[in-house]
Amino acid sequence: MIDYDKLIPGRIQDIQPSGIRKFFDIAQSVEGVISLSVGEPDFKTPWAVRKEAIRILEKGRTAYTANSGLIDLRRAIADYLKESIHTEYDPEKEIIVTVGGSEAIDMALRTLVDAGDEVLVPEPSFVCYSPLVAVCGGTAVPIVTRREDNFRLTAAALKEKITPRTKALVLPFPNNPTGAVMRREHLEEIAEVLRGTDIMVLSDEIYSEMTYNGAKHVSFAELDGMRERTIVINGFSKSFAMTGWRLGFAAGPQPVMRQMLKLHQYCIMSSPTVSQYAAITALRSCRDEVDKMVEEYDMRRRLVVKGFNDMGLDCFEPEGAFYVFPCIKSTGMSSAEFCERLIYDKKVAVVPGSAFGASGEGFVRVSYAYSVQHLTTALGRIKDFLKEIEK
Amino acid sequence: MNKLLDLLRQNARLTNAELAAMLGTTEQDVAAQIAKLESEGKIMGYTAIINEESVDETRVTAIIEIKVAPMKGKGFDDLAHTIMEYDEVDSVFLLSGAYDLSVTVTGTSLRKVALFVSERLSALEGVISTATHFILKRYKEKDHVFSEDTTDERSLVSP
Repeated sequence: MIDYDKLIPGRIQDIQPSGIRKFFDIAQSVEGVISLSVGEPDFKTPWAVRKEAIRILEKGRTAYTANSGLIDLRRAIADYLKESIHTEYDPEKEIIVTVGGSEAIDMALRTLVDAGDEVLVPEPSFVCYSPLVAVCGGTAVPIVTRREDNFRLTAAALKEKITPRTKALVLPFPNNPTGAVMRREHLEEIAEVLRGTDIMVLSDEIYSEMTYNGAKHVSFAELDGMRERTIVINGFSKSFAMTGWRLGFAAGPQPVMRQMLKLHQYCIMSSPTVSQYAAITALRSCRDEVDKMVEEYDMRRRLVVKGFNDMGLDCFEPEGAFYVFPCIKSTGMSSAEFCERLIYDKKVAVVPGSAFGASGEGFVRVSYAYSVQHLTTALGRIKDFLKEIEK
Repeated sequence: MNKLLDLLRQNARLTNAELAAMLGTTEQDVAAQIAKLESEGKIMGYTAIINEESVDETRVTAIIEIKVAPMKGKGFDDLAHTIMEYDEVDSVFLLSGAYDLSVTVTGTSLRKVALFVSERLSALEGVISTATHFILKRYKEKDHVFSEDTTDERSLVSP
C-alpha cells in the first residue's frame, strides 16, 4: 500500500483548503438559499464577444496560438494598457496571455520566489496568494489592512514587515473582499518605501474597471520609476464578464517576462484560442458595454452600502470591485457564526471575512453582482435576521 | 440621459428610498423629480410587463397595419384619434414607410379581433387597406426577455 502521506510533500499537504470552499458546502446543504456570495459578474459576456467566438469556431480556428498569445491580442492589450494605465509594454516581449488572472499570479510568483523568500500580502485579500507562495517554498507574510485606513495598505504597515528576505509585494487593488482602492497618493507612499530596494510588486488589477466615485484606477506601474519592479496582472473575467472564458494577462519588464514565458510554455502551451480571438473584440469594441455594467454596479453599490448602514451594520464605502464588507462585530458573533446562522435562519449566503485572512474576522463579504430585485430581497432578510437576534 | 427614468423603465416598483440610494441623492429629491416628470407629462403612467398569453390563453393580440388616404385639410391625427377611442385598441402609432398607422388590438379570440378590424377599422373613412398580424409568441418586450431560462448558473459561493 502506498503511504500517500509520505508520498505527497508536506508543503502541499499543509495548504489549507479555502475557507470559501468550506462555506460553499454549508450553503449547498440548505434548500432554497439565496446567495450574495458570488465573485463573478451576473452579466452575460457582451453579445459581440460571444458572436465573434461563434464565428471563429465556425471558421475552424482551433489550433494552438503563439505561446505568449495571438499577436493581435497582445497588441490590443498593449493599447489598452497604454490608454488605461499610461504605461507602454512591448507586445512582442513584455505581455503574456494567460489562463485567467490566476495563472498569471501563479507564474509570476513561481518566476520570482525562491525557497526562504518572503512575499508580502495585504489582508484581507483574495485567497490564492499565500498557498501559491508556499508551493514555491516561500513564506507569505500578511500585512493587515484596517477599517480605519479604509482597508488601504499604508507605508508604515509595509515598512514594518520588510526584511532582507522580502522578495515581492502583492498589491491586490481594487480589493476583493473589501472593495478598497489605492489612489495615486496612497500608491506614491508605497513607492517611496520601495525605491532603492529590489522588492518586486505583483499588481493584481483584475477589478481595475470597477472603480467608483470618480476614482479611476491607477496602476503601481505608472508611478515614476516603478515600471521596472512591477508585474501588472489583469484579465477579462470581471471587466468583460468573461469568467468562464479563462483569459487574463501579465505585463512586465522583459527580463522577467522572458523567464515567465518559459514556465507558461511548459505548463500551458497557449491560452484557449477561441477565447483569445473573442478577447480582441472585447478590447477593441466593447467599451460601452463595460461602462454600462460599471454604472449598474455603482447604483447597486450605493443601494447595498446604504442598506447595511441603515440596518446598523457599519459599512465603509468601497470604491472598487463589486463587494461590500460590512462589520458585524456589533452582533457579538464571529464572522463564521454570523454567516452560518444567517444561512440556517434566513437562507441568505454571505462569506465570512475570516475566509480572506485572519484580519477579516468581524466582517462579512457581500457581493452585489446580482439584480436589484435579488439584492433588495436579500437585504430585507438580513434586516429581519438582525431584528430577531437582538431579542 | 435621465438615470431616474432609466431605473423606472427597468423597474417602476423601486421605492423612492431605493431610487435615492442608487442615484446618490435624497428621497425628497427623487419624489420631487418624479412629481415634476409626471406633471410635465413625461411620465404618463406605470404598468406591469405581463406575459399575457401565459396568464390568459384565450387572449389574442394583433398588430394592424393601416394605409390611409391623405385627405385635404386633415392630417393623420383625426383618423388616429378616432381609432384610439375604441377600448379594444391598446396603442396607435404613426409610422414612416410602407404603411401609415400601426394599431395594436387585443381581444378574447382571433375571430373577435378579425371582426373588429373588418367592421370597425376598415370601414373608417380614409382607410385604404388593413393587414392583420396576430402575435404568436413574445420573445422580448420593454427590454424584458420572455420564456428564457433565467436560473443563475453561477455557483452559490465563489472566490
